[in-house]
Amino acid sequence: MNRESVLVQRPGPTASVVVRNARLLDPAADIDTTGDLVVRDGRIGGDPTGLHEIDGDGLVVVPGFVDPHVHLRTPGREDTEDIGSGSRAAAAGGYVAIAAMPNTDPPVDDAQDLVRLRELAADEAVIGVGFICAITKGQRGSELTEAAELAELGAVALSDDGHPVSNAAVFRRALQYQHLAHLPLTLHEEDMDLSAGGAMHEGAVSARLGVGGIPAVSESVAVARDIALASYEGARIHICHVSALETVEEVRLGKARGVHVTAEVTPHHLLLIDEDCEDLDPATRKMNPPLRGANDRDALLAALVDGTLDCIATDHAPHGASEKELPFEEAPFGVTGLETAFASLYTYLVVPGKLPLEVLVERMSADAARVLDLPVPTLADGAPANLTVLDLGATWVVGTDGFQSKSRNSAFLGARLTGRVQLTIAGGQLAWQR
Amino acid sequence: MSARRSLIGIGDLSRDDITRLLDLGERFAEVMSRDIKKVPTLRGRTIINLFFESSTRTATSFELAGKRLSADVINVKASGSSVEKGETLKDTILTLAAYKPDVLVIRHAAAGAVAAAARYTDAAVVNAGDGKHEHPTQALLDLYTLRKTMGRLEGLHVAFVGDVLHSRVARSGAIALQTMGAEVSFIAPPTLLPRGSAEGLGVHTSYDIADIADADVVYALRMQHERMGEGGFVPSLREYATQYGIGHHRLREGQRVMHAGPMNRGVEITDQLADDPTALVTAQVEGGMVVRMAVLYDLLSDPQAVRSADVVSHMVAA
Repeated sequence: MNRESVLVQRPGPTASVVVRNARLLDPAADIDTTGDLVVRDGRIGGDPTGLHEIDGDGLVVVPGFVDPHVHLRTPGREDTEDIGSGSRAAAAGGYVAIAAMPNTDPPVDDAQDLVRLRELAADEAVIGVGFICAITKGQRGSELTEAAELAELGAVALSDDGHPVSNAAVFRRALQYQHLAHLPLTLHEEDMDLSAGGAMHEGAVSARLGVGGIPAVSESVAVARDIALASYEGARIHICHVSALETVEEVRLGKARGVHVTAEVTPHHLLLIDEDCEDLDPATRKMNPPLRGANDRDALLAALVDGTLDCIATDHAPHGASEKELPFEEAPFGVTGLETAFASLYTYLVVPGKLPLEVLVERMSADAARVLDLPVPTLADGAPANLTVLDLGATWVVGTDGFQSKSRNSAFLGARLTGRVQLTIAGGQLAWQR
Repeated sequence: MSARRSLIGIGDLSRDDITRLLDLGERFAEVMSRDIKKVPTLRGRTIINLFFESSTRTATSFELAGKRLSADVINVKASGSSVEKGETLKDTILTLAAYKPDVLVIRHAAAGAVAAAARYTDAAVVNAGDGKHEHPTQALLDLYTLRKTMGRLEGLHVAFVGDVLHSRVARSGAIALQTMGAEVSFIAPPTLLPRGSAEGLGVHTSYDIADIADADVVYALRMQHERMGEGGFVPSLREYATQYGIGHHRLREGQRVMHAGPMNRGVEITDQLADDPTALVTAQVEGGMVVRMAVLYDLLSDPQAVRSADVVSHMVAA
């Protein structure tokens, strides 16, 4: 299936609007100017006459964001998120396309599951939603899924996210099979023996708190193995949610050696550290991989700026309140992220001058699309409208207006953030308007 | 009922708080030497001891402490983790909180369980041990015992020896001792010394048992049998005992030995040493009750009004 068609969106009327005198910023297309942005019948450009007008003073129009890694909890836990609510949360965060992970109940591992989800998305999704299918049946790590058929039916990629493919021989066969199915493999990297019993980063804080530690090397040794195997098989891999300095080094080495490896990093790993876990609140602070040390956080930011880490992914992981109302060590991993990703990164990295806005926009949009071979959103004339209008002067407190997501386990709950998504047009349709 | 103070981590207490509690404990110890060991101080108060994990000495100690203060004490044993049990921790707490207890004393196998429980009740919550995280009243009774035996805490050097990785006793102890100006070492097999201990807790660390020579007090930690052998942290009981077991042969004149119990005689501590007055084990148990009386009293009183003298006059008047 062609890469445009892997994204499914509910059909609807096309958007037409003109944003007057806004900053138009599309780093990937080399656009940074002040002017009018016209969307006519769902496409960029055309005659603005008679269109609804938005005063663009103080607003920035950017290509819509793309998230290669979200959890929509469908099928199985629609009480915590479904395709409709998850896609609305994404639209509210400025996203025009997201890729959903298959670690649902049951896991998405065959044609029937995939077709059913794509049908649901055609009814519910307000932005483009793609579905990643499992690498192994049941995500059990032993038997490959029918990847060639899944590719024909519109799988975005393959992943056993939530679990690593621990058996190196099975993983090697998945890499070999990529030469037939041509799907990106996106990898949850974890040596389960090294991380066993852990609930937070292993370091000074876990030593003080007595909470089981997840060592940084439990991630980096798995990444080192998989880069070596990808190199050997001439295959292509994408590393999910890089959290550790050691992993950054492995990715950097892999890229330098010419291995086709890409990598993503989450807002929470760029902004929070293990020190933030002191109050042992699992709803906002327990995720896998865990929040690591200050050195790791700083290495992640440097690697995002220099391109070693290709893009931002939220790993949006909704959980119901009761799931998280448990002791820290017993609660499930995961925090939501779609609705806060841009604002949190803008507030804590762009405003203090640690990350240029242009780099942030590119890492959240074009670069994120490229890691999964998805269409790159652009402000270029004639392109389908996939864009986001940002108000960089607006401040808001996370959670006070509720969430579009069905869950509220946000790492930034209660934070006062600067920068707000005013409007999202996805696939030529109005997906979000404040 | 307004929200009350709780004791979840020993780090919640300042040096002054700890001194106040130890002083209070001493006053209660005086009472305990009388014929009638019960005082009416907490008459009409309700304390629920909620133990998700089995315990003999801590449970007994809290129960007696409450009863000797004339509180109504109820013991609830809830085995298994909140998940295995079917009922969530939250629901258990909400159920018990509906009886309007003044204090919930909680022990649980998971780190963070007591902090989680405290989110669902207005009662004062006392951590009686949550996983490997903390055991603050153990730390207080250890300080009490040390102050009484050694005459001071400031400048004292205490070496915790053995399974530091799994020990809430070592963790709370290290924080409490340093708050009081003492020096702390962790001496352990490399597999049982948590990475980041020196940085995270400000302790000296060593793999060499000979380094106990620098300590005034050697605190032997319980070595659990499941830490041995296949998939374990040390190869065998025998090797552990040889390398790290504390006995007279390792001690110098004047060094004292502590153990939180229950002891594995012949493993982390030799039989002879366990029965020797050098070991403060029984004193620790005695200290446990009066310190827990102090904690319960303190939580249920106006903190500003607590002066040791007041306590006693209150008790005498009653």
